[in-house]
Amino acid sequence: MHSFQYTRAADIEEALRLAAPPSEPGRQVRFLAGGTTLVDLMKLDVETPAHVIDINGLGLDQIEVLPDGGARIGALVRNADLARHAHIAAQYPVLSQALLAGASAQLRNMATTSGNLLQRTRCVYFRDRAARCNKRDPGSGCDAIGGHNRNLAVLGASEHCIATNPSDMNVALMALQATVHVQGPDGGRAIALRDFYLLPGDTPQRETVLRPGELITHVGLPPCAPGTRSCYVKLRDRASYEFALASAAVVLRVQDARIVAAGIALGGVGTRPWHCPRAEQVLVGQAPSAAQYQQAARAALQDAVAQSENGFKIELARRCLVHTLSTALPPQ
Amino acid sequence: MSHSPGDTPCTARQPAGGVPTTLRVNGASHALTLDPRATLLDTLRETLHLTGTKKGCDHGQCGACTVHVDGRRVNACLVLAVTAGDRDIATIEGLGSVQSLHPLQAAFVEHDGYQCGYCTAGQIMSAAALLHEPCGDSDDEVRELMSGNICRCGAYANIVAAIQDVRGKR
Repeated sequence: MHSFQYTRAADIEEALRLAAPPSEPGRQVRFLAGGTTLVDLMKLDVETPAHVIDINGLGLDQIEVLPDGGARIGALVRNADLARHAHIAAQYPVLSQALLAGASAQLRNMATTSGNLLQRTRCVYFRDRAARCNKRDPGSGCDAIGGHNRNLAVLGASEHCIATNPSDMNVALMALQATVHVQGPDGGRAIALRDFYLLPGDTPQRETVLRPGELITHVGLPPCAPGTRSCYVKLRDRASYEFALASAAVVLRVQDARIVAAGIALGGVGTRPWHCPRAEQVLVGQAPSAAQYQQAARAALQDAVAQSENGFKIELARRCLVHTLSTALPPQ
Repeated sequence: MSHSPGDTPCTARQPAGGVPTTLRVNGASHALTLDPRATLLDTLRETLHLTGTKKGCDHGQCGACTVHVDGRRVNACLVLAVTAGDRDIATIEGLGSVQSLHPLQAAFVEHDGYQCGYCTAGQIMSAAALLHEPCGDSDDEVRELMSGNICRCGAYANIVAAIQDVRGKR
């Protein structure tokens, strides 16, 4: 592991001051939350920050239930605590289910809300410094294209990067229309999660719209209206502690036997947690039926492109979404 | 480790840029000056000589390094030791003694919950935390919540039996 300067920030202001640009060109600063991605990648010399700012003392570890029934989740709330929170489990089962489907009990005790949002979109070649990777070393090439890509993206890939965003939580938050609240050198701003992640394009090293020095402070969830049902289903090579081959998060609101609102996102198949607006449009205004669910799944995967080893994921993701819709709201 | 005269002293443990950190392990406080790169796992083993906690993958995938921090199970290999100051750290050395085994230790003996034993400290620390977590009655739910602990010898059936015995679920 490369040497770095370590500072424990006492409050948000200090964290922002320590992280504020301009610093020396190329001098990387990283906020340290749970460490489950960052420390892992630092051990591999994939992440080589010059300065690590420990933000665990900022007090951002509370879940606040808002008067309208929504929720304000602190950036440092641990994944295990978020999953088990009574209001979250009752109002947003899709989020609890997604969190508990991710990682292991130990990692869920460590990993945080903001850390999960910012865990790297990655593949085995990104982790291996002997391999070519445009994300780790821009312009070097991509060994995943034509390589071991069975588990990589079928949606949103570019000729520069086909790595998959591995998060479960982010897929649920995408379906729930979460908002990411940040503080930075220029003040605070709120970013819809659906606008938060970037496609790899020709700059796969950039994964989010966050600007240098910006700190996530909390995540907002809108209230769940009466008649809302939600569900997360994750398909993988083994029953536990494995990344998704395909997963789906579904939030449906039903009124008078018709779907009046839909939030749909896919995991394990996209270069970012994959929002599916076309599938949502297929369902809104319709009665829940097997045919509608099939049509929504086809719409969700309409632009999918297979790599050399992962063509099976396209049909798997379609079936995963149909199953998730049917579980959340049985077709009539 | 001993040094013969003329050896270059090992400076990695107390570098010039070291961070003063007090680690509280199994109730005992240790005032240390730590390289910020040192993991809690390496610090427990190499600095405090508490070698019951094992290093397997060193990447949070195998669970051999599982310890408790403030009563919660974590992978010590992914914790920078400088971040663990003034928190209550518990390792297998603090769980029971030869004279008075923790019920899980006794149950692992009774049910033969290991073969080579390398993963056992992590399995037991993980299970000791599980006893206080929400977990259904079934073997499958125990398997799910123990999936962060790998046993290359494949003693899983007996590990689950030992844990369920202590939970009173069989």
